[in-house]
Amino acid sequence: MTFKYDNVYVLDTATVGGPYEKKGPLKKYYDKTYDDLYFGEDSFEKAEVKLVKDSLNILHKKTGVKKGDVDLIIGGDLLNQISATTYGALGYSKSFIGTYGACSTSVESMIIASSLIDSKRINNAIVTVSSHNMSAEKQYRNPTEYGAPRPHSSTFTCTGSASMFLTNKKTSVKVESSTLGKIIDYSQNDPNDMGRVMAPAAIDTVKKHLDDLKRKPEYYDLILTGDLGVYGKEIFKDYMKSEYNLDFSNNYNDCGVMIYDLNNQRECLAGGSGPVCSGLVGFGYLYNELKKKKYKKVLLVATGALFSPTMLYQKENIYSIANAVSLEVV
Amino acid sequence: MKNSKYEKIADKYQAKETRGSNALIAFFVGGLIGMLGEGIIELLCYYTHISRNEASTFMIIILIFIASLSTALGFFDKLVTKFKCGILIPITGFAHSMTSAALDYKKEGFIYGLGSNIFKLAGSVILYGVVSAWFFGMIRYLIGGGA
Repeated sequence: MTFKYDNVYVLDTATVGGPYEKKGPLKKYYDKTYDDLYFGEDSFEKAEVKLVKDSLNILHKKTGVKKGDVDLIIGGDLLNQISATTYGALGYSKSFIGTYGACSTSVESMIIASSLIDSKRINNAIVTVSSHNMSAEKQYRNPTEYGAPRPHSSTFTCTGSASMFLTNKKTSVKVESSTLGKIIDYSQNDPNDMGRVMAPAAIDTVKKHLDDLKRKPEYYDLILTGDLGVYGKEIFKDYMKSEYNLDFSNNYNDCGVMIYDLNNQRECLAGGSGPVCSGLVGFGYLYNELKKKKYKKVLLVATGALFSPTMLYQKENIYSIANAVSLEVV
Repeated sequence: MKNSKYEKIADKYQAKETRGSNALIAFFVGGLIGMLGEGIIELLCYYTHISRNEASTFMIIILIFIASLSTALGFFDKLVTKFKCGILIPITGFAHSMTSAALDYKKEGFIYGLGSNIFKLAGSVILYGVVSAWFFGMIRYLIGGGA
C-alpha cells in the first residue's frame, strides 16, 4: 500500500526530550529537555502526559495556529489505552484519533493524517507521539526501581514527546509519499532483542516502498529506520544486500542508534526505542536538516514490535510492523 | 515458521554477552553478602547472648531492612546493574522485589495499587518456596522421621 501525496506539507514540529536524550548527540534539535524523569508530576504516567502537553504547547507557539483551528490530533503512545496521548491532547483540536502501532505509531499517524489532508477531508492535523522510559518499563517489564540486568541486545525506551503540524498550505518540506506496512511474523520471541524482531518488518516495508515507486535506495539522501538498534541495523543492511542486492551502506542509519551516544551512555545498551525515538530523530533532527537543505529527499521508516507480554507468556511469537514516509524539500 | 536465511544473517549479529564475568561478579558479591550475614549473626550472639537460631532471624530482618531502605532511597537498582544477580539472589533481592513494586504502584492507592501489586515479582518465590518447603519437609519426615 503505497500512496503519493500532492498537497501535504509540514508546517513545523515540536520535540521534548528527557534526561537521557539530553545527554545524547541530538540535544540541540530538541525544543525543550528535562533533567529528571518526573517533570514536577507525582507519577511517571502523569509525567508522560505532561510531555505530550509540552510538545503540543510548543507547537502551538511555533506555528501560531489557534487551538480551535486544528482539525485533527492523531497519535499514540505505549501506555494502556494510549492514555498519555488522550490525557495530553484534551481540548486541543476539533477531532481526535488515537493510534497504536507500538514504536511505528509516529509514521502510522503521519500516513493517516496525510491521507486525510490529501483527500481534502481536513485542512490540517497534528501528529503527536510520546513514550517514557519508566512508564514503559512498568508497563512491559519489571517495576521501575527493580533494575534487573538486561542483555546487550536490549533497547532502551526513549523519554519524550514529538509533534508535527501537517497542513495543505505550501511550506518548504513536503510529505511526498508513504507506504503502510503489514504485520510480520518471523517466529521471533525474545523481548530483549527487538532489533531482530523488527528488522524483517523494516525490510518488507522498505522493499515494497522502493518497488512500488520504482526507486533505488540511492534515490534518497538518507533512509532512517525507527529503532532497530545496533544489531538490528546490521541485520537490515546485510539482508537487503544478500537477498535483494540493495546497497544501504552509504545513506542508511537508525534513529535508535543516533539518539544516544552509545559509547558513553552504556545504560542505553543497543540503542533507543519507543514511539518517540523515531519522533525525536524524525521530527527533530531530520525535519530541521531538511529545512536547512542538508538533505533533500529522506525516507523515515518507523519500526514497531507489536509486543504483548501476555501473548508472549502464552507462548506466542512477537509480531512486528513498519511504516514508511518520504519527505522532500520543495 | 522460521525463515532459515534470516536466522542465519541475524545470528551473525548476535550481541556478545559476558556471562563468565557476570557469574564471577555474582559469585563474589553473593558470597560477600553471605559473609556479612554470618558476621551479623556472630556479633549478635556475642553482644546480646541470644541463640544462633534467634540471631539468624534478626540477621535476615537487618538485611531486609538495609535492602528495602536502599531501594527506597533509589540506589539499589544501580547496585543491581553493577553487581547483577549477586545481590538479587540473596534475601536482599527478595526484599528489593517487594519494595520496588510497592514504590511503583503506591500512586494507584493502597488496595488496587500497593496491595495487589506488591507480590508481583515475589509472589512466585513465596508460592513455590512454600510448596517446595512442604515437599522437602515431607521427604525429611518420611525418611528421617522428622528429626
